Amino acid sequence: MAALLEARNITQIFGEGLLTKSRTVALENFSLSIEESPPSFTAVVGESGSGKTTLARILLGLTTPTRGEVRYKGKDVRSMSHAEHRTFLREVQVVFQDPYEVYNPFYNVDHVLETPIVKFGLAHSRRERRALIEEALQAVGLRPEEMLGRFPHQLSGGQRQRVMVARALLLRPRIIIADEPVSMVDASLRATILKSLSQLNQQFGISFIYITHDLTTAYQVSENIIVLYRGTVAEAGDVERVVQDPQHPYTQLLVGSIPLPDPHHPWAAAQAPAGIGTPTAESCKFTDRCPYAMPMCIERQPPLYRTDPGRVSRCYLYRDAPEIVPEELTSVLSHSRSRAAQDEAAADG
Amino acid sequence: MTAETLPITTKKQTDSLRIEDLRVYYHTPRGAVRAVDGVSFEVKPGERLGFVGESGSGKTTIAMALIRLIKPPGKIESGRVLLGDTDVLSLTEEQMRQLRLADIAMVAQGAMNSLNPVRRVRDQIADALVDHGIQYSRQDMDARIGELLRRVGLKSEVASMFPHELSGGMKQRVVIAIAISLRPKVILADEPTSALDVVVQRQIMETLREVQDDLGASVILIGHDMGLMAQFVTRLGVMYAGKLAELGSVTDLFDEPLHPYAQLLIASLPSLDRKGAFEGIPGVPPSLLDRPSGCPFRTRCPHAFDRCASEEPEFREVRPGHWVACHLY
Repeated sequence: MAALLEARNITQIFGEGLLTKSRTVALENFSLSIEESPPSFTAVVGESGSGKTTLARILLGLTTPTRGEVRYKGKDVRSMSHAEHRTFLREVQVVFQDPYEVYNPFYNVDHVLETPIVKFGLAHSRRERRALIEEALQAVGLRPEEMLGRFPHQLSGGQRQRVMVARALLLRPRIIIADEPVSMVDASLRATILKSLSQLNQQFGISFIYITHDLTTAYQVSENIIVLYRGTVAEAGDVERVVQDPQHPYTQLLVGSIPLPDPHHPWAAAQAPAGIGTPTAESCKFTDRCPYAMPMCIERQPPLYRTDPGRVSRCYLYRDAPEIVPEELTSVLSHSRSRAAQDEAAADG
Repeated sequence: MTAETLPITTKKQTDSLRIEDLRVYYHTPRGAVRAVDGVSFEVKPGERLGFVGESGSGKTTIAMALIRLIKPPGKIESGRVLLGDTDVLSLTEEQMRQLRLADIAMVAQGAMNSLNPVRRVRDQIADALVDHGIQYSRQDMDARIGELLRRVGLKSEVASMFPHELSGGMKQRVVIAIAISLRPKVILADEPTSALDVVVQRQIMETLREVQDDLGASVILIGHDMGLMAQFVTRLGVMYAGKLAELGSVTDLFDEPLHPYAQLLIASLPSLDRKGAFEGIPGVPPSLLDRPSGCPFRTRCPHAFDRCASEEPEFREVRPGHWVACHLY
C-alpha cells in the first residue's frame, strides 16, 4: 500500500515573529497518510482553534508548515517539478465552507465549470466540454438544464455547494478535502450533499478528508475519525467506536454536548473539571477542562495509546495500552477500515 | 438547576405575548415577497417556544416584526402583536424604543459581533441601562453590572475588558447579560449559538435557560437546529414559506409529527443511533414572490393530492394543543 497524500510530523506555529511575543501552536507533530487504495473517508473533527483548517491548508499546499512535510505520491510538495505540481493541483481538490463567497457574482455556472476544463486542457471540443460538465452535475444530483446559464444569486446554498463539488469532480481528483462543506447549508439539504459525497467516494474511488465541527454528520459519512484538540490528536480510529464509546475525556465531552433531536433524551449533566493545578506548555492540553485530570497530566502530555486495534487515545487513563508514535496512526486507521470492509462483506454474504 | 443559587430579585412575569394574523411583506420591483403571511400564536409567561424552518421561511422576520425592526422595503402589512394589554404595533417610535430591551429583548444572530470593539464591557452594559432611564451611582452601577455578569456565568472582572479579550462564548454571554439587564418579559433568541462549538453552545443554552427561569420571562428561540429545539423549548412551531405548518408541544412534534414537511424534516436529521439513516428533502421551497396555489409544500410533498393544489389548508387544532395546516387531517 503506497501513500497518496502524506503529512509527516507536521507542526505549525503562528506568531513566532519579531514583534509578537505570543506563539500559538496550531498543529503539533501531526501525521496522516491517505492510501492509494481503497478510497477512504476520514473525518477530522474539532472545535474552533483545534487546528483543523490549518491542517486543510497544509494538506492543500496553501500553507508551508513550520516543521514537517507534505508528500504527494512520495514527492515533497515543495520540491515538485512543474508537471508534478500540476498533477497535485488537479488531483487534490477542495470544497470550502461558504458557498456564498466562492463565486464571482458576474459569472454564470457555466463559467465556473468551464474554467478548470480549459486550464487543465480536459476537453478537445465544445461538445466534449459540455458532456463533461453535464456528467459532473448529474453526479452530484443536479439537472444540467436547470443549472447551466444561471447565475450564483439564482441558486440556493445547497445548489451552489453541489456545483462546487461538481467543479472539483470535473478534474477527476484522487482526493477531495471538504472543509465544513455543509455548515452553511440548510439542515434539510445537508443530508443530500453528504450523501452525494459518499457516493462519489464509492463510485469514483475518491478519498475524502471531511473537516468539520459536527460530530453527527462525521459519524454518518466517514469510516475513520480524527478528533483534534488544540493542535493534537486526542482520539482517532474507527468512527463507530469513537462516537459510540468515546474514550478520551474531550471526545466524551463533545459527544455529550451534542443536542440530540429527541426531547426524551436531555443533555446529561456535565462533569466539572478536576482542577488539579495550573497546566504548563508541557501538560496535556485538556488538563484544565478534564474531570479526570491527574498530577501526571500536568507534568507531561500523554502519548497516543493504541487502546484497541483500530483506535488510539491520547490519555493517561489508558496508559496500560501500548504507546504508538504519530506516524503509526495511519496503520491504526487502515486497520479499522479493513475491519469495516470485512463487516460489510459479512453483512452482504 | 441552579436557580436556587441565583439571587431571585425579580417578580414573576404575568404578561403573555399574543400574535394575531401577522403579515410582513418585502416590496420589491417584482412584487411583494410575502415573508410572513398570516401567522398567529401565543407565548405564555415563562414558556420556551421555538420556531424552525429553512432559510427564507420567515422565522427571523417574525422576530424582527415583534420588536418592529422591519426595515423598508419590508413592511408589517397587518396583524396584531399584543404584550399583555399593550398593542405593540400601535405604539409611537419613542414608546417602542423604551419597550425594546425593557419588555422584549433580543439576542440576535451573530450578536456577539455586535459589541463595540473599542468600548469596555462595563460601558456597553451601562449604556443599555442609562438609555432606558436608569440612574445609578457609579458604585451601584458597578454592582448591578457585576451581578448581571455573574448571572450569565462570567466573572465580574470581565466588566473592565474589551470584546477582543473575550472568547466567542464569553461575548455571547455578555450579549445575554445586556438582554436581561432590564428584566424583559420576552427574550427573542435568533440562532444565539450558530457560530459556537457544541460544548460552548450547550453552556450558553443552559445559561439562557437559567436566567429565563429566574426572570420568569418567556423565550422565543429561532433556529434551524432541531436538536437544539428538542433540548431547549417546550413548544415548537415549524415554519414553511412564511406560514406556520405545524405547532405543538415539542414531545408531540418529535414523537408524532403531523405535517409531511415536519415528518421529512425530522427524518433528515443525522442521528448517532443509526448510521446512514438520514434523508434529504427533495426539491426547493417555493418562491415567495410567486406563491403556488393551494398548499405551499405540495410541490415537494409525498402525500399531495388534488385538493392541495386547489385549496390552501387552514391552520387548525387537530388534537389538543397540536395545530397543523394540512388537508390530511
